[in-house]
Amino acid sequence: MISGAEIVIRCLQEEKVDCVFGYPGGSVLHIYDALFKQDQVKHILVRHEQAAVHAADAYSRSSQRVGVALVTSGPGVTNTVTGIATAYMDSIPMVVITGQVPTQYIGQDAFQECDTVGITRPCVKHNFLVKDVKDLALTIKKAFHIAATGRPGPVVVDIPKDITAQMCEFDYPKTIQMRSYNPVVKGHLGQIKKAVQILQEAKRPIIYTGGGVILSDAAGKLTQLARKLNFPVTNTLMGLGGYPATDRQFVGMLGMHGTFEANNAMHYADVILAVGARFDDRVIGNPEHFSGEKRRVIHIDIDPSSISKRVKVDVPIVGNVGDVVDEMLKLLDSGFKTDPEVADWWKQIEEWRGRESLRYKQENHIMPQYVVEKLYEVTKGEAFVTSDVGQHQMFAAQYYKFDKPRRWINSGGLGTMGVGLPYGMGVLMANPDAQVACITGEASIQMCIQEMSTCKQYGLPVKIINLNNGMLGMVRQWQEMFYSKRYSQSYVTSLPDFVKLAESYGHVGIKIEKPEDVEPALRKAFTEHKDDLVFMDFIIDPAANVFPMVAAGKGLTEMILAEDL
Amino acid sequence: MRHIISILIENESGALSRVAGLFSARGYNIESLTVAPTEDPSLSRMTILTSGSDEVLEQITKQLNKLVDVVKVVDLSEAAHVERELMLIKVRATGKDREEMKRMADIFRGRIIDVTESTFVIELTGASAKLDSFIAALDAGLILETVRTGVCGIGRGDRILKV
Repeated sequence: MISGAEIVIRCLQEEKVDCVFGYPGGSVLHIYDALFKQDQVKHILVRHEQAAVHAADAYSRSSQRVGVALVTSGPGVTNTVTGIATAYMDSIPMVVITGQVPTQYIGQDAFQECDTVGITRPCVKHNFLVKDVKDLALTIKKAFHIAATGRPGPVVVDIPKDITAQMCEFDYPKTIQMRSYNPVVKGHLGQIKKAVQILQEAKRPIIYTGGGVILSDAAGKLTQLARKLNFPVTNTLMGLGGYPATDRQFVGMLGMHGTFEANNAMHYADVILAVGARFDDRVIGNPEHFSGEKRRVIHIDIDPSSISKRVKVDVPIVGNVGDVVDEMLKLLDSGFKTDPEVADWWKQIEEWRGRESLRYKQENHIMPQYVVEKLYEVTKGEAFVTSDVGQHQMFAAQYYKFDKPRRWINSGGLGTMGVGLPYGMGVLMANPDAQVACITGEASIQMCIQEMSTCKQYGLPVKIINLNNGMLGMVRQWQEMFYSKRYSQSYVTSLPDFVKLAESYGHVGIKIEKPEDVEPALRKAFTEHKDDLVFMDFIIDPAANVFPMVAAGKGLTEMILAEDL
Repeated sequence: MRHIISILIENESGALSRVAGLFSARGYNIESLTVAPTEDPSLSRMTILTSGSDEVLEQITKQLNKLVDVVKVVDLSEAAHVERELMLIKVRATGKDREEMKRMADIFRGRIIDVTESTFVIELTGASAKLDSFIAALDAGLILETVRTGVCGIGRGDRILKV
């Protein structure tokens, strides 16, 4: 017989969890005691529970394993909600173990009590309150199973303190069957055949792929498929790295800040092969404008509710992206002929590409785009890049060319500022020798800046690329364009000295004010200070804006380009 | 369009709030919702009366199926089915109204299940429209209280919702 707390740790060991991000407190003291008595599961003590969940999330994003966070009841839980919602929106498999007040106190407004299951319910794939120590191991098994299968997502397991003290036999189930949860894996063969037929007839095709390709580790297969078809490929923000960005067939990211060629190709395509993407508002713009063109849509997704949610789909294929693409490849092997008109389509795309919609001028001020391009050169495109949310996120997505999946780590769905630094921590725990750059801004970084302390404690050498324009850049951009330059609350007047701040945490800080200093600073950070956290404070052009831009409510082809201004 | 969604769901605490939360979070209508355990106490059966376009209904069933506790979902109104609702209605029954109330209850095949000097409680079962017409047929001033269970329904013949 072992205690509930020991059962929790044994379960984590059985799941081969090597690292947990967390913060102790009253309700989880037994669990922390059990954690202390072993060394298989490492614990990373964060400085705020939100960061624990973000780090666990990035651990998963960068490794395909399930991320794990451990927090106490009440405020410990409420602090995790942003992190859980972030993971939920991007379908990231994660298990969050939360302490709860003892069973007999539940509902009594006890100290540090909150209704964890109720508060987290709308932003988890599933959650559990464990009421009997005999159910504990099975519940944790279910949590890992649910988190990682089907459309992945975060699962919360809420464990009252008394249960972690009770004694019970430990028996971890090897497999699990749930009558109410059986996600589809294989796609319907008839539908796949129909899809291949349509691809054969396509004259203006596009392959549009999203986070599903990354999550199902199907980037390799998808690349094979795209090469075989010789169709243009565009990625969503979440899908970057699903197809090599340096490849000729890649037309760039699409959507609100997508390239001219990607948005036009998407809009005017007669056949869209959508793979693990969900046609969200930032991708297709105004849905009525989008549906103005006649086209056929093939949609592969593991989640049936993603299909025909925003755009009517002609050939729905529910299944795991990897398995479905495999089937498609098999069918294509038995003879596939691209329609000769696709050559004309490529000519059109090259013409669009000729507009060079990502062009910018590097003059006196440091341009943020320039910093990202230099980062790409210095890291040879091999870095893991995390970002926060705003202009810098878009610059990172547009100018860092991701050739591999799981290298681009950002909050696409929820758009959570503050994720960048804890994401860097999570990536480094899963990939200890990797180069990790956190592209951020002076506003976002301050939302989780306390984690510099965690980075010091565990020696996590995140390279922070602070694109500092003294403004909430994306808010300022909208105010400039749509609110007659009334910059309501979008600038920050009392920024810290980031160099000194980094130094006070025991890290290296560099301030960069001239364009010619950009590359040397980056090189120094990635060579001389390879093993240090380096905070690079780039003072950039405060007027820089993200283009192309599809304004809210506008159609995909109604882009504002930098050249228009 | 009016739809009756039948759901088999694990009979666990919080299951109802998952369903209700889904409807409110995604802006779907719930006109009525009834739930109780089935002959297998580990399963509950829920009936939701909702409305919406075909696209909305497709999303409702897909989203319900996505809930981990939901075992099966069926839109009963897609095919032949029977539906019933139970109403208890308390009316003033004094003087000549007493006889009139008794007569109305008989016409609608209701039963009087509680009698005092001045009131009746009438139990009435049927399709929702029948309950509506009963209310409409009474003098509104005489209705003291009504309580309705909401619709529950079941497929006809071989249409069976079971694990």
